[in-house]
Amino acid sequence: MTDTTGETTAGPRRPRLNLHVLGPVLALIALIILGASLNSNFLSYGNVTNVLARSAFIGIIAVGMTFVITAGGIDLSVGSMAAFVAGVMILAMNAMIPTLGIGVPLIVAGMTVALLAGLGAGLINGFLISKVGIEAFIVTLGSMGIYRSLTTWLADGGTLSLDFDARSFYRPVYYDGILGIAWPIIVFALVAILGELAMRKTPFGRHCAALGANEQVARYSAVKVDRVRMATYVLLGMLVGVATIMYVPRLGSASGSTGVLWELEAIAAVIIGGTVLKGGFGRVWGTVVGVLILSLIDNILNLASIVSPYLNGAIQGVIVILAVVLQREGKSAD
Amino acid sequence: MSAVLEARGVTRSFGPIRVLHGIDFALLPGEVHALIGENGAGKSTMMKILGGYLSPTEGELLLDGQPVRFADQRDAESAGILMIHQEFNLALQLTVEENLFLGREKRRGIFLDKAAMRDEARDLLARLDCHVNPRARIRDLSVPDRQMVEIARAIGRNARVLIMDEPTAVLTGRETDVLLGQIERLRAQGTAILYTSHKLDEIARIADRVTVLRDGSHITTRPAKGFTEHGMAEAMVGRELSDLFPPKPVAGDDIVLEVESLTVPGKVRDASFSLRRGEVLGFAGLVGSGRTELMEAIVGLRPATGAVRVNGKPLAAGSVLAARKAGLVYLTEDRKEKGLLLGKSLTENLTLLALDRFGTLTIDKRAEDKALTRAISDFDIRVKDRGMTAGSLSGGNQQKLLLAKTMLAEPQIVIIDEPTRGIDIGTKQQIYDFIAALAAQGKSVIVVSSELAEVIGLADRVIVMGRGHIAGELTGDAITEDAILRRAMGVGELTGASA
Repeated sequence: MTDTTGETTAGPRRPRLNLHVLGPVLALIALIILGASLNSNFLSYGNVTNVLARSAFIGIIAVGMTFVITAGGIDLSVGSMAAFVAGVMILAMNAMIPTLGIGVPLIVAGMTVALLAGLGAGLINGFLISKVGIEAFIVTLGSMGIYRSLTTWLADGGTLSLDFDARSFYRPVYYDGILGIAWPIIVFALVAILGELAMRKTPFGRHCAALGANEQVARYSAVKVDRVRMATYVLLGMLVGVATIMYVPRLGSASGSTGVLWELEAIAAVIIGGTVLKGGFGRVWGTVVGVLILSLIDNILNLASIVSPYLNGAIQGVIVILAVVLQREGKSAD
Repeated sequence: MSAVLEARGVTRSFGPIRVLHGIDFALLPGEVHALIGENGAGKSTMMKILGGYLSPTEGELLLDGQPVRFADQRDAESAGILMIHQEFNLALQLTVEENLFLGREKRRGIFLDKAAMRDEARDLLARLDCHVNPRARIRDLSVPDRQMVEIARAIGRNARVLIMDEPTAVLTGRETDVLLGQIERLRAQGTAILYTSHKLDEIARIADRVTVLRDGSHITTRPAKGFTEHGMAEAMVGRELSDLFPPKPVAGDDIVLEVESLTVPGKVRDASFSLRRGEVLGFAGLVGSGRTELMEAIVGLRPATGAVRVNGKPLAAGSVLAARKAGLVYLTEDRKEKGLLLGKSLTENLTLLALDRFGTLTIDKRAEDKALTRAISDFDIRVKDRGMTAGSLSGGNQQKLLLAKTMLAEPQIVIIDEPTRGIDIGTKQQIYDFIAALAAQGKSVIVVSSELAEVIGLADRVIVMGRGHIAGELTGDAITEDAILRRAMGVGELTGASA
């Protein structure tokens, strides 16, 4: 039968789609101009480094979240998972000091533990979702509570602290860098670039989008649906591990309140960036822009005393809703 | 008699593209008016304008002789104009009766009057001779039952004008009979019915007048009496039609596919058959006889017991990828839900099944682009813009894209389920030619179809399924409609099935 909706897309769609794509970028530029005009320190090396380095944790996680959401899933557990991985990493490193001493091997061992813990946590989420067939929302809501509680339990209600000497040795991983660029920024940039490539250029990225768009079609097209879905959660888990590796040297401790609400910030960044919450379409660079928008709002409120920083959450909330409204505008042009 | 709904000089453009050119069209009370044309001829746009879903760019609509503008479809509905879509407008999670009264619930005080609604729902369904439980949820109903509910919904709203967009595309022969009977009743009550279908025999049977559209223009409006099916087809296509089916290819001797005692729990029992090189094997049977389930099980889409061998080698169970790598592919009957990603680009759809041919680490986009160019020319896919989504192609072109996607995997054995569902006659012929060409190249094809003419015209051997098992096999001149139907209904065994 004739499907005439097609003709609508042929003509007026392009310019609107561009606006839809450019929206987050324009918002980011506007924020930078606003920040620079409000405070002369805004564009200083110190402030820029500070903003970018602090965005790195959420940013690295949000890149992984982009794949999960694109494939039609969601992961609410990443904040708790980060706290748990940090706790396990600190405990493991403290326990290994007598054998390994304080030095590079200890740091490498700690990093390995963090990556493995993240991978394991992602595997459990992925297994329950794709093999057992429980809804992602339910599984990760459950694991969110479990990891949060396990962390509090490991810390016995208090704080897990890395051995003082080990912490001093590990600190540069957060505070130093090469050519004046801090390590967290370098790692975030690498993760983002690799993520963007994976999303746009690899069969994995294509399969994620196909799975999120219509799982049946993916299945009928010989896509190993379970495996792809599982892989998105494992990838996210590992990136939580990477984020934790960058986070632990900053404070050298973890507690039950580490990483609270990170999951929502990560999801918000993904959505602001133009990835469709229902899945089927994802944009890693958009997510990066989304993360930057969120942290710039925070930064500007702290630097300029026009609006109380306490309203940070409210402004971010408005931005998220606005982003989705814009997304829908883009859709109605289809 | 004066028209209940009339279009005068209706033109519709989408952006710069004009899809309807000054259509004049009148719908009389108590007539069944068939609107026919190829995919892309403008039937859907015309129906959507009449149903209030779209407004005309130029020209006007007249309701009972008075000019009228419908703000939206609800506006048209309150004027008594109802449209029944191919894609149903039913809430899947609600029950039949809840759907029937959606938006016009009966109340007693502030509460719903469930008893009254149930009675009326039962009455409506009984009038349609439809035996679904009013309390069943739509998602648990079969597609034909959903169609009946949709029609009941329209009747319940006292439609004066009923616009039916291919209502029988998903119905079996018996269900079609019930529906046509109902249409006759509505006509006798004075309802004006606008009807589209690709099944011309149906139109010859039910329509009073026939309007033909081609490329957005009005070609002719004539009484159905004396307008032969062949005449209709030629008016639609705009040229003379030769024989619809190409000559049947001659199958080779070696067996490429063997299916042994395949059982899908609850759907298929103990099915065994084989397929030869260069053969076109037909699979006939009623809807629900297990044909689709059997095919899906063969390619690993459904859990099953039994054995499948391709070129003598056993095929790993439960893996579509393994089947594809062995050269065995399945083209689904449900191209909108299982075949194509409607919101994605043509390229992404085209290469999804054979993505590993376009690079292992990264996707070679230039090669993808070339593949699209080749597919568009090889399969004659009419695209307005290479960047368009698959969902904005017309049905026939979607089917061609699905064919192109499947053939990109370079299969040796192709299973095509309902190759021409919802497709116009010109495209049908192209697809038939394509199937014959595949067989001539030494590939083997299984054609599953509810259209008996299709199975008879294409295949040199036909397997008939009935109630989950293979009920008979026919070859050569023994393949007749009568023979197939008797086996499908389980009354043919006595007269000697050869399987």
